[in-house]
Amino acid sequence: MKPAAFAYVRPKDWPRALQLVAEGARAGAGTQSLGPLLNLRLAQPGTIVDLRHLPGFSGISQRGGGVRIGAGTTHAAIEDGAVPGRTGEIMAAVARRIAYRPVRNRGTIGGSLAHADPAGDWVAVLPALGATAIALGPGGERRIPAVRFVSGIFETALGADELLCAIEVPVLPAEARWGHWKFCRKPGEFSKATACVLSVPAHPPRAVLAALDAPPLVVEDASALLADPATEAPHIVAHIAELTELTDWRRALAETALRRAVAAAVGS
Amino acid sequence: MSGKLAISLVVNGERRELLAEPREQLADLLRGSLMLTGTHLGCEQGVCGACTVDIDGAPARSCITHAGSCDGATVRTIEGFADDAVMADLREAFAREHALQCGYCTPGMLIAARDIVLRLPDADEARVREELSGNLCRCTGYRGIVRAVLAVLARRRATLSS
Ligand SMILES: Cc1cc2nc3c(=O)[nH]c(=O)nc-3n(C[C@H](O)[C@H](O)[C@H](O)COP(=O)(O)OP(=O)(O)OC[C@H]3O[C@@H](n4cnc5c(N)ncnc54)[C@H](O)[C@@H]3O)c2cc1C
Ligand code: FES
Ligand code: FES
Repeated sequence: MKPAAFAYVRPKDWPRALQLVAEGARAGAGTQSLGPLLNLRLAQPGTIVDLRHLPGFSGISQRGGGVRIGAGTTHAAIEDGAVPGRTGEIMAAVARRIAYRPVRNRGTIGGSLAHADPAGDWVAVLPALGATAIALGPGGERRIPAVRFVSGIFETALGADELLCAIEVPVLPAEARWGHWKFCRKPGEFSKATACVLSVPAHPPRAVLAALDAPPLVVEDASALLADPATEAPHIVAHIAELTELTDWRRALAETALRRAVAAAVGS
Repeated sequence: MSGKLAISLVVNGERRELLAEPREQLADLLRGSLMLTGTHLGCEQGVCGACTVDIDGAPARSCITHAGSCDGATVRTIEGFADDAVMADLREAFAREHALQCGYCTPGMLIAARDIVLRLPDADEARVREELSGNLCRCTGYRGIVRAVLAVLARRRATLSS
């Protein structure tokens, strides 16, 4: 199918883009999620604001203990090593398994997070890494911890007059241990259950369980899970089962994903 | 709705000044306005890969990329690779290995394959299969396609090392 008619605007600066969004226009970045929604007419916005040409929309800069990633940085750039250090290594491996290369060449990290698909990869991984979303509104920038950014299914903490302009990720030490497991029946397909575990020396390990038709569940201190995954994984899955109905097979996938993420983190 | 968008593109080496509807996807502009019908449309959801073209040197889905967002871009469709050495090798290998039957997936398959050959010169069979997972072939099957890509990779490695 073809999209319903809309107006297309390509602003040159952020204030104009913000103004259009405040007036109700829909942001477009890589359009790798929005495009299918438009073609299927599941989305019928009056106006699309193309963010791709805004200054600083993509690119990486290091600031103190964090790396600032422009919201428009593509999955492919991250796959190819745009983010430095141990954090970049982890993110490159995640990016490589998002969709397919031609989709990754246009799809952006900010678009993924703002889209807030419960099965989206960055939706699970950014909270696990301890990232911060940087929103830009009429009053300037606002920092939102990634663990609180996705507030529901396709819902975020962004205000109606805000855009996501960047994501800041911590510079992880070389010893940081990472485990990530997602269940896809085919490479590049959306996950049916995703688990991530990050363990950094001198900090409690963090775990995230996602892709279960609910916002990601963040376990800020996952020490018990790492000590005894067989006992603890079902407890974590039970928390998600309070929010959304899980079939037995989905529950089994979720528990297995957690156990495998722990095994990968302990072994890495 | 509002008027047409003026779009300036370099397509297959030629500059084109075009008018597009704001809602038009790149694939429809290429097929409808330029009659470059080698770019095929299958799913129009980014899944099948039939519509894959090269935009500014990287493969992309033309079914979910707005024509408007390509203003100023350089686009190469399957018609634009006549004198490309890697594509010549791939065409020959596809024919030899029986890597196409109806040909519907082939334009996208070739553009994805060329990207694999250039970006991942050391790719083995598992990697080639992973990288081709975004291009669906509904009639030939993947064995011949994978063999063709592997043959071109092997030949290039042999030429580079000799
Ligand atoms: C075939 C296929 C398979 C896929 N598989 C996966 C997968 O396995 N895992 C995965 O994670 N993703 C997958 N995706 C989605 C892909 O990762 C998209 O790139 C991503 O979800 C959206 O990024 P985008 O830049 O394309 O955003 P767009 O599609 O342009 O926008 C998505 C939404 O976010 C909003 N938005 C975009 N940017 C901003 C911003 N800066 N500020 C505020 N709002 C914004 C838009 O208004 C829109 O509502 C797949 C896509 C396709 C087509
Ligand atoms: S038609 Fe574009 S990916 Fe299927
Ligand atoms: S050759 Fe017919 S779909 Fe691939």
